[in-house]
This record gives sequence, C-alpha cells and structure tokens, in this order.
Amino acid sequence: MPSQLIEKYFRTNSLPHIWCPGCGNGIVLRAIVKAIDNIGIDQNNVCVVSGIGCSSRASGYLDFNTVHTTHGRALAFATGIKLANPNLHVIVITGDGDCAAIGGNHLIHAARRNIDITTIVFNNNIYGMTGGQYSPTTPTGDKGTTAPYGNIDANFDLCELAKAAGATYVSRSTVYGANMIIKQVEAGIKNRGFSFIETLTTCPTYYGRKNKKGDPVDLIRHLKEISVNKTEYEKLPEEKRMGKIVIGELYRGERPEYTDEYIKIIESFKGEI
Amino acid sequence: MPEGRIKLMQGNEACVEAAIIAGMEFFAGYPITPSTEIAELSAAKLPRIGGKFIQMEDEIGSISAVIGASLAGKKSMTATSGPGFSLKQEGIGYAIMAEVPCVIVNVQRGGPSTGMPTSPAQGDIMQARWGTHGDHSIIALYPSTVREIFDTTIRAFNLAEKYRTPVILLMDEVIGHMREKILVPNKNDIKIYNRKKPTSGPKDYRPYQVKEGDIVPQMASFGEGYRFHVTGLVHNEMGFPSNDNKVAQNLINRLINKIENNIEDIVEYEEYRLEDAEEIIVAYGVTARSAKSAIDILRDEGLKIGLFRPITIWPVAQRQLEEIAKKVNSILVVEMNMGQYALEIDRIAGKYTRVGKYGRVDGELVTPEEIVSFVREGKDCQAN
Amino acid sequence: MAYFELILSGSGGQGLILAGIILAEAALHDGKNVVQTQSYGPEARGGSSRAEVIISDSLINYPKVKKCDILLSLTKQACDKYINFLKPGGILIVDESIENKLEREDIKIYSIPILHTAANKLGKAMVANIVALGSIYQITKIVSKDALENAVLKRVPAGTEELNKKALEEGIELIKKYKDGLYGRVC
Repeated sequence: MPSQLIEKYFRTNSLPHIWCPGCGNGIVLRAIVKAIDNIGIDQNNVCVVSGIGCSSRASGYLDFNTVHTTHGRALAFATGIKLANPNLHVIVITGDGDCAAIGGNHLIHAARRNIDITTIVFNNNIYGMTGGQYSPTTPTGDKGTTAPYGNIDANFDLCELAKAAGATYVSRSTVYGANMIIKQVEAGIKNRGFSFIETLTTCPTYYGRKNKKGDPVDLIRHLKEISVNKTEYEKLPEEKRMGKIVIGELYRGERPEYTDEYIKIIESFKGEI
Repeated sequence: MPEGRIKLMQGNEACVEAAIIAGMEFFAGYPITPSTEIAELSAAKLPRIGGKFIQMEDEIGSISAVIGASLAGKKSMTATSGPGFSLKQEGIGYAIMAEVPCVIVNVQRGGPSTGMPTSPAQGDIMQARWGTHGDHSIIALYPSTVREIFDTTIRAFNLAEKYRTPVILLMDEVIGHMREKILVPNKNDIKIYNRKKPTSGPKDYRPYQVKEGDIVPQMASFGEGYRFHVTGLVHNEMGFPSNDNKVAQNLINRLINKIENNIEDIVEYEEYRLEDAEEIIVAYGVTARSAKSAIDILRDEGLKIGLFRPITIWPVAQRQLEEIAKKVNSILVVEMNMGQYALEIDRIAGKYTRVGKYGRVDGELVTPEEIVSFVREGKDCQAN
Repeated sequence: MAYFELILSGSGGQGLILAGIILAEAALHDGKNVVQTQSYGPEARGGSSRAEVIISDSLINYPKVKKCDILLSLTKQACDKYINFLKPGGILIVDESIENKLEREDIKIYSIPILHTAANKLGKAMVANIVALGSIYQITKIVSKDALENAVLKRVPAGTEELNKKALEEGIELIKKYKDGLYGRVC
C-alpha cells in the first residue's frame, strides 16, 4: 500500500518510476512533496517544471500542474509560467547537467531577476540518462564515459554561482539527510524570490560504478562523511576543510521579486485606461 | 474617410497592434535586427493592458517562456530574425509536440549565419517548414503589405488557438520596417478565436484526447484545477510518456493530419489577373509586389500573365496550384532566395507545366523591371 | 503628379528618417498613397543613412525608390552615394557646406545653408531635418502646407512646437530667397 503522501501527491498510475535501484532521486522527490504538504499549498496552485535527465522525469510522477520541458530550459519555461500567472507556486526540478551546463544561462538570469521560483537541483555529478558522461559538477579527476582518463575540468560550486547571480535563498543538502531537504524546500517555497536548493544525490549505476565508489549504501555513507553543516564548517581549521562539502542554509538575501516589480508597472497605468 | 483609422504604420508596429487585438497577453523576446521594434512596442504596450513582457537571456529562453505562458493560459508571441529563428527551432518542435498555441514572428534577413542584418531576404522558407527536427506539419503565413501584416497577425493567433500549434509569421525586412497607409479595421469586424476549454471536469479530463466534433484536444490552463502533464516526449491521451509504437504513430499522424486535413481552412492566397493567364508568376511577400508591377507592364505588352500569391505559405495551396498548373504554359517562381519555394511548386506543378525560377540573394529586392526582362527573354531559370 | 519619389540622405542621427515619416504622414493626410522605407548600415550615429518616400495617387507596389525626383543630401558622403539615383531633370537639394563638383548637368541644384540655419539662426542643430522639409515643400508643393505643419507638430517632442514651426518657415524662406539669387547657383 502506498503511503498517504504518495496517494495524495503522486500520479500512482504513472509509477513505477524509471530510476535505478539505489538511486537517490526518490528520497529528494519524497522530501519535496512532504515540504509542500507541510506548508499546505493547494495542489492546483503548484506547478512543477523540469528539464531533461533522470531527475527531470520527476514531474510526470507528481500530481500537480506539470511540465517536462526541453533540455536545460525548465527555468525559462517556468519564468513564462510564473510571469503569466504569479499565483502559481512554481517549482523547478532539474539536474546538474540540465541546470549547470545546457541551462546555465537560464539559471544565472532567473537568479538575477529574483523571480519567485524554487529550484531544486538533483546533483548526482554525472549525466545518468545518457549513460555516465561527466557533468559540470563531476569532481576534477573523477571518471565518466567521456572522461575515461579522469575529468580535467574544474567543477562548479552551484550554490556560490546562484548566490553570486542574485538568488535570495541558497542552501545545500544531501540524500543522507532527508529532513534537511524537507526544511530547505519549505524555506525555499516560502521565500518570495529565487530559491536555489542543491541536493547531492547518488548515482550508483554510473557515477558510483565508474569511480569504484561502492554500493548505494556506500555512496550515501560517503555523502554523510564529506558533508559538514555551515556553522560547524566555519569553526573548522583550514586544513580540515579540505574535501568537505558545506550543507545547510548558505545564504539569504532581500531583493524585490520580479513579478511583483512587473505588477507595479501594470498598476502604474491603472488610472489611465 | 473613417476618422483616426487611416494611419501611417510601420510593419513591425502593425504586427504588435494586431497581436494585442488578437488577445496577446504575453511576449518574450531577445533583441535582434530587424525584428526588434516588435519587442520594443510589446514592452511599451503590454503592461498598459495588464499583459506581460519579458526580455529573456537568449532566443531559446524566449520561445520557452512563451510556451510556458501559453500553458498558463495567455496568448503568447515572440519575434526574431534568421539567427534567432535557428535557435528557436527547439521550442517550435516542443510546441508542435505538446500542442501549445503560440506565434513566432521571423522578420527575415540575409543569411546564412549572421548574414546581412539590415538587408532583406526570403531565405527561411524551407526552415519555416522543416527547421525543427522530426516529422511534423506547420502553419506559416507570409504578408505582403503593412495592412496584411495586421490581418495575418490576427489570423496567426486564431490559427494557433484553433489548431493548438505554433504558427510562424514570416515577414520581409522591408515590410517590417516600411511605413505604409493602413486602414485599421473596426474591432467589431475582427473575428477572434480562443482555444477550446475543457467541457468536462478535472476528473474526466484527458488532456490529449480529441473529443468528437473537435479538431484538437480541449485545453485547460495551469492553475484552473486540471492537473495535467505536458511533455515533449511521445505521449498518450493522458499526456504521459509512452514508448508504445502504436501510440507514437497515432500521435504523429494526428499532429500532421490536424493541419493537412484542414488545408482549405488554413490556406489563403491572392490571385492577380489570373482569369485568362497563360503564364503564371508565383511570388510572396515583398517580391509579389514587384511581380504585380511586372505583370501590369507585361499585360500592356499583350502577354497573358498573372500572379498566384500564397499568403499561407505552409501548408502549400496544393489543390489550387494543381488546377492552375493544368491550364497554363508555364509557372515562374520569383523569390529572394536560390529557389526554395520553387522546389515545392515544381513538386506540385512540374508534372503539368514548365516551372522556372528567378531569384537573387544580394540583399536587394527583386525589381519589377528585372522580372519583366526575365519573362521577355523567356528563360526558365536564373542564368547566374 | 502620379508617382513621386524622394530620397532624404545624410548621416545617421540627422533625423532624416523622421523627416521621411513626417513627409509621408503629410501625404497621407492629403489623401495620397505613400510608402516610406529606409536603408541604413550598422551605425546608429554617423555612417550614411537614407529615408525614401514614395507618394502616389495610385497603389504603390514596389516599395523602394528606383529613380528619385528629389534628392536631399546633408553630407558629401551621402550626396556622392545617391546622386545617381536622381532622375534626369530631377532636383538635388544639398547643404551649402558640401563642396560639390558634380558631373551631372541634367539636374537642378539647390545649394542652401540648411545645417547653418538650424545651428546658428535657430540655435538647434537638430531641427535641420525640419528646415529641409520646409525647403522640399517650397520647391515641390508635393504636400499641402497644412498637412506638413500638422505632421511636424504631431511628431516632434512636446515643448519644441514653436521652434519646429519656425524651422519649417526658415526652410521655406531659404528657397524663396534662393530664387532671388542670394545663394549658390542653379544649373
């Protein structure tokens, strides 16, 4: 019997999902609907937009207004939806390749506008759907099918990127800590502006296998070991920071929200018509 | 003279005025010569009527935002030129597949690549037809005067809504930038078509099912209580991805047939001095204007010549062209490219009559005089 | 007057496209058919720019000027570039500051101080286009004066109406005086 959460928020007839056994994506997806449930938003007013890739298949499984767009364009579609109907809570589900490579331009500009969209990146450090090519977040030196001798690219710090581009809520979590994801998604949805949540997830089939990182449990354990909460991280001496990933709420800012600003322009013409 | 309704209007301006009358509430664009005025005027006008304008970070972003806004229930448009049209093909394909009404204006310029940004060309005829990958049909309209830009823009929105498909409005740089006399039609005389909303409640809604008597599936907007799924993947009647071969074949058939089976409704054309014509010129857009002048000159010389001017350039007016081809000695296709539409005319008319072509791609218009001398010399094809 | 073609040329930023639009609007007001087009390079300022206007009693098909009846040139570069567009018997209006050694003897030339009048007499270089319109009107009477004045007032920035009306009058005067032989030469 599926849980009440699944009954309510999933299109059970579109399940089972296509994700591999041991994939971390399910943990993130459950956390997202739990956050929505906790806030208590009407399902009819939620719009989930995704791009292309493993994680982007999520939109089809969810019982909201959902769009599975073209590769990298989820945020551009979402921008159109949000601006056309600002009453909708627009949530973008995307992956590291989708949002940081082909959709990188849309990411920085959505953040720059501070448009009220909550973006959740399922970062598994690899292109899973196409079979394990290296992505902009594959750590330098790690392997992918297109980096058979080790990746020589530097990897993006997506949270720093989103913050620098103008996001007003930025956080990071891992699939080891589902409760933290729930809290962050709640905070992201509540933030009136562009919210960016990077969730580190696991790909045992490609990233794990290619880099000999062990089984799904090993991969999640590894995430637990390398992640440190922001407050603790700041107390660590320099030499102990190496190789650690900072999790938790990383940034909050206050800036005017895009659709609010546009509506002000519309309002300024109200007397005129 | 109806007071205030006769105006000197620029082509790009007529496009925006008409779009707003057609119900446009959303525009997303990216600056590009020679279509930029369409974005600028939309930016100025839309907020005054409660609509929305956004300048996106790139061309693909704008077509994507347009599709998103249309899914949220707003009639939406974007405008671009050749280089941007190439980029927008991704979104055009998505809008075809997901059946999202929207209008894409392409004010053409010389190409390929960056080409000649401020010079006219008609080089995107085939790209309008086959620019996006995969099998599909498309509606593309091609006005030839400023007044006709007004009318075809409204028609572009109406067809997009009626057939749930992207409609391409191809324009010439010259006409986009030209100012010409236009009699703005009375609002009450303009027919506006809006997408058909679901007749069933959310529980029974099948977002990609065509109900009896309908041409396309009924379309709910996001936020109205119909929680449906939209994807660019092959999908079933519920909108969910499917790998079923039958589902795929049926879907592609349906997407193509909704246009091809309604050609008579979609196709619009002008016949000029065609009644007794033995020779025919086929031309569209600004080139058709030159052809008309050429025909007047040649008629004065005693040549029985006329013009067939497609206003709907895709789908092609196959039946009408076949009937004409059976009656005439020759058809000459004149266009500002190396013979793109001539290929299509030859496909249709070649088995009945001689099809020739004349074109130029140097950034200048085809003049009436060069058409006249080309016809006088009786050549079939451009020499150079 | 069945078919009348004009080219207004100079450098980008001199307001010649606006002058073309104003002339076209005036012709429209007079009940004529009209088409106004422009050609320009990539420069927003500088470079050569041309506005074309076709005024006709009948429908206008081909929208570009083939051979013009009037050529206005405010720069030497534009004059050199477009002089061959002028019909035999056509009229060239050039700014007096342009030194011209034209080979053509089949045209009529008005060499008048348009730029000087705008900058010095009216104190605003930017009204040169309106001065030029006054001169074109006085030579051709292609549009009615009422229509032209209305079209000017409709298009110029608020607060500059008087200045522009004056500019139009100055342009007319330049031609009236010219006939008295005050400026230049007539071929």
